[in-house]
Amino acid sequence: MNKLFNTLLIILLLTSTANAGSDGKIELTKKSEKTEISKDCFEGLNRATFAFNQGLDKVVFKPIAQGYRKLPPPVREGTSNVLDNLSTLITIPNNVLQGDFKGAGTNSARLVINTTLGILGIFDIAHLLGFPDYEKEDYGQTLGTWGLGHGCYLVLPVLGPTTVRDTAGMFMNVMGGDPYYRISVNGNNEYLDGQLYAATKILSGIDFRAKNLESLDNLETNSMDFYASVKSLYLQDRERKIANSNSSPEAMDDSDWEEIDTK
Amino acid sequence: MKNLFCYFVIFIFSILFSNKAFSVSPDTFIQNTVNDASQILSLDITKEEKINKLKIIAKQTVDIRGVGFYSLGSIRKTLNKDQLGNYSKLFEKYFLKSFSSRLAEYTNPQIEVKGKEILNENYTIVNSILVGTAERPEVNIDWRVYTKNPNNPLIRDLIIEGLSLARTQKEEFASILNSNDSDIEALFNTLKKFSNN
Repeated sequence: MNKLFNTLLIILLLTSTANAGSDGKIELTKKSEKTEISKDCFEGLNRATFAFNQGLDKVVFKPIAQGYRKLPPPVREGTSNVLDNLSTLITIPNNVLQGDFKGAGTNSARLVINTTLGILGIFDIAHLLGFPDYEKEDYGQTLGTWGLGHGCYLVLPVLGPTTVRDTAGMFMNVMGGDPYYRISVNGNNEYLDGQLYAATKILSGIDFRAKNLESLDNLETNSMDFYASVKSLYLQDRERKIANSNSSPEAMDDSDWEEIDTK
Repeated sequence: MKNLFCYFVIFIFSILFSNKAFSVSPDTFIQNTVNDASQILSLDITKEEKINKLKIIAKQTVDIRGVGFYSLGSIRKTLNKDQLGNYSKLFEKYFLKSFSSRLAEYTNPQIEVKGKEILNENYTIVNSILVGTAERPEVNIDWRVYTKNPNNPLIRDLIIEGLSLARTQKEEFASILNSNDSDIEALFNTLKKFSNN
């Protein structure tokens, strides 16, 4: 009960920080009211952290991701499936918090099936049974669904791009919102511990990096301002996920295109 | 009689070709464009030659001027004619280099058009997928096609897994301008530097 109170208090504090962080400049476009502007309140610091992360990536993460890519595809797919399966533990409560009870039910069934028949999630049996594609949800997305803006854009050391709102969402995981964290770090059991939790998170990062080796290299080579490109892509991705939309027209703001008529 | 027959044949052919021009639907246009690009990428020629051929396709199928103005954002309203002309030239160089270099990294990509959604008379979104391989998963690619002139549809944006390349480029330009007190010359210099590298 005490933990629940703490969690609610932290949400309240962090979300109010997120609002304050906007500096009154979070604004919705007139037309679609979907495209938000996230103010880069700490651009200098963010750029420095971004440069640090890039250095770290070149020396540590990219070489590991390249090595990971050399593993046989079934091994990588199995690893990715296990990580996705673990992430459903965060997705399900967020489905509920967003009022998506159908999604919560589907993902609960997916979790049970893949953990049992799929041997701890190695095999995505639910997919074979015709379940809809898995969409991850997190507390940052839930806060966004509740109407909270991005807040200031941030680049965290090692963790990379985020916003005040999404950082608040990340805190929720360690404040009791992630059952896997609770069981492994605070669960007092002989099979799971904090190190395994940390290893899982690192593996998630490597899996993501390995899946995006070429696209990130390509983006870096062809960007005049790589920092700005990454920021734009991160914010677009979050907007799309919060809108729970796979449709391009829904996720786009047409207002600026309408002014351009070159014919 | 022979001349009459020749005129008749020419007339029939001209009707056929003009009908073909009028019947280019955005999805067919995209499928043809990606097929042409795919063919170039699968050729056994140097990367430089591929880039040059891709540039020709890009000039024919992309509304480079429109994308350029969109990328410039609201500052375009403050520029004079000379500055806009200079910008358009620099942007075209930058765009062709950036676009063709990005594509040239792929060898024989297989893109399948899956459908289209007509937004209004000016825009249609064509949905396609980049077929997955052992190395990378399937990728959803949507194309924003400008259809104001139905005889000559043009690409204005690529939306990869919901992420708009035009918007990314616009925000990149905005960042360069913000870092230089909205000095358009700074953007011109950055574009020049990129194109000449």
